[in-house]
Formats: sequence, C-alpha cells, structure tokens
Amino acid sequence: MATETHGAEGSSLVFHPMDQFIVKPLFGGDHMGMFTITNATLWMMLAIVAVIALMVFGTSRRATIPGRAQSVAELAYGFVYKMVEDVAGKDAVGFFPYIMTLFMFIVFSNFLGLLPMSFTPTSHFAVTVVLAMLVFLTVTIVGFVKNGAKFLGLFWVSSAPLALRPVLAIIEIISYFVRPVSHSIRLAGNVMAGHAVIKVFAGFAAIAVISPVSVLAITAMYGLEVLVSFIQAYVFTILTCVYLKDALHPSH
Amino acid sequence: MEGDLAHIGAGLAAIGSGAAAIGVGNVAGNFLAGALRNPSAAASQTATLFIGIAFAEALGIFSFLVALLLMFAV
Repeated sequence: MATETHGAEGSSLVFHPMDQFIVKPLFGGDHMGMFTITNATLWMMLAIVAVIALMVFGTSRRATIPGRAQSVAELAYGFVYKMVEDVAGKDAVGFFPYIMTLFMFIVFSNFLGLLPMSFTPTSHFAVTVVLAMLVFLTVTIVGFVKNGAKFLGLFWVSSAPLALRPVLAIIEIISYFVRPVSHSIRLAGNVMAGHAVIKVFAGFAAIAVISPVSVLAITAMYGLEVLVSFIQAYVFTILTCVYLKDALHPSH
Repeated sequence: MEGDLAHIGAGLAAIGSGAAAIGVGNVAGNFLAGALRNPSAAASQTATLFIGIAFAEALGIFSFLVALLLMFAV
C-alpha cells in the first residue's frame, strides 16, 4: 500500500489511515533486503508462536476434564476437522493438517493484528496471495494426480446442451483461474479495509465536537472487526475445502 | 489531470462494492427466511450460506481490485 509516510504533509489529520500497513525494518536502517527482519516478520512469527503454544502446550497435559487452553485447542481442532469432513468429503481428511495450519495461521494473525500498535500480516496482498496460490497449486496438482485427464471434466459441463458446452467451458476455465485472485483479495481486502476504517474514525477523534461519536464508532467497528477476523479466516478455509472437493470429485 | 480521472474512476468502481452488498444481503436474507421456516435444517446449511456469501462477494472484490489498480497502478 502506502510506501511513504504521509503524516508530515497532512495538517488536519495527524496520521494517514494507511500508515499502519507500512512494512519497516525492526532493527534500524532503511535498507530492506530478502532477509531483513521487518515488523511483518515479527508478527507472523508471533502468530506462529501463539499457534504452537496453544496447540502443543494446550494439549500436552491431556486432562480428562480439559482446562481453558485445552478446551480451545480441542474446539479449534474439532471445528476444522468437521468442516473438512462435511464440505470436502471423507476422503479429503488427508489434507486436514494443511487446512488446519492455514486456518490457525490466518485466525491468529487476524486477532493479533487487532491489538493496538500491532501489524497485521494478512492485511497485505503479498501474504494472502502466497497462501491462495499455494492452495490453487495444491488443488490443481491433486486434481490431476488423483483423476488424471478426467479432472478436465470440471470444465466440461456434461449436463448442459451440447451447443452450450464450449461457451460454458470458457466461463468455467475463467472462473477457475480467477479463484486465487478472489480467494486472496477477499481476506486482505476485508482485513485492510476494517483497519483503515478504524484509523479514519480515530482521525476524527481529534475534533472535539464529534470525538464522543468517533470513540463510539471505533468501539463498534472494533467489535465488528473481531467478528470479521474470524469469519474471513473461516471463509478462506471453507473455500479451500470447496476447491479441494472439486479436485477430488471433478464431475459436474 | 490524468491522476484526477483515475481517482474518479476508482470512485465509480466503488459502486461495485455496493452491488456486492446487495448480493450478499440477498443471500443472507433468503437464508434467514428459509431458516425461520425450518429452523432444524438451518444449522446444517451455514457452510452453504458462507460459500454463497463468498461467491457473491467475489465479484465485488473485482471492483475493489479495479479501484486499487486505478489508485496505485495507473
């Protein structure tokens, strides 16, 4: 997004709403190379550490009556497992670890991004596009490996009249290749827009007359963002399951 | 001047977000109408609801993409 700081030039607005998305090196310097530790790296690592802490240490005691951490860990496991089983089918549970990893990473980076002064890795297209491209490539490769040339039946709608099928095939192919675009931009766009809206309302808080309204609006938007963070992670995961189902059972 | 036109175009592309909002509202509203008629079947269909919302939203996302391209790439 915004690559340069806008704060200096704005007179009424102390900060630019997009400033929160700037990737900057953590340990000084302006140079950013391939392996520079930036705030994006930090918050991604924190998300991974939090996932590991919850899933490994939460379930390590295996108490019969689960504590708080174990309850949450078991709930998350059961939630994603049921989703994979219901949406993608029983034979897709081999992909459960991958889908669980995706879900936990997205949910934790979304929720950690809601902390004040934090950075949300999933608000950047660079992150979500990589996630979506991995899903797209995995699904395509799995489809061809499991079904061979029959996977192309996904594009050939055999229930339609013969004259319509070539037209439908073109539409199906376009919609197939557009999948990673909508898949990734849905997540990044929702997260980024929500955070930017909160910052816009925060900018209004400086004006004395409307500051109570603005603080209320920030609170309300924050509540909505908590909801959106979870729902977008859920939608990302469930769409992965849908694409996986298409790859495993490509008949129309 | 070109930059100004691009900004107007980006604003026009934002209409697409409103259209997507109509679509999402249609999906959710019809789901609610159906769910109130048969509440026992509603729980099993929430996944379908979210898939439907996601597909309706996808086309709004393309207009958002067009707006982004006009703002930052043109």
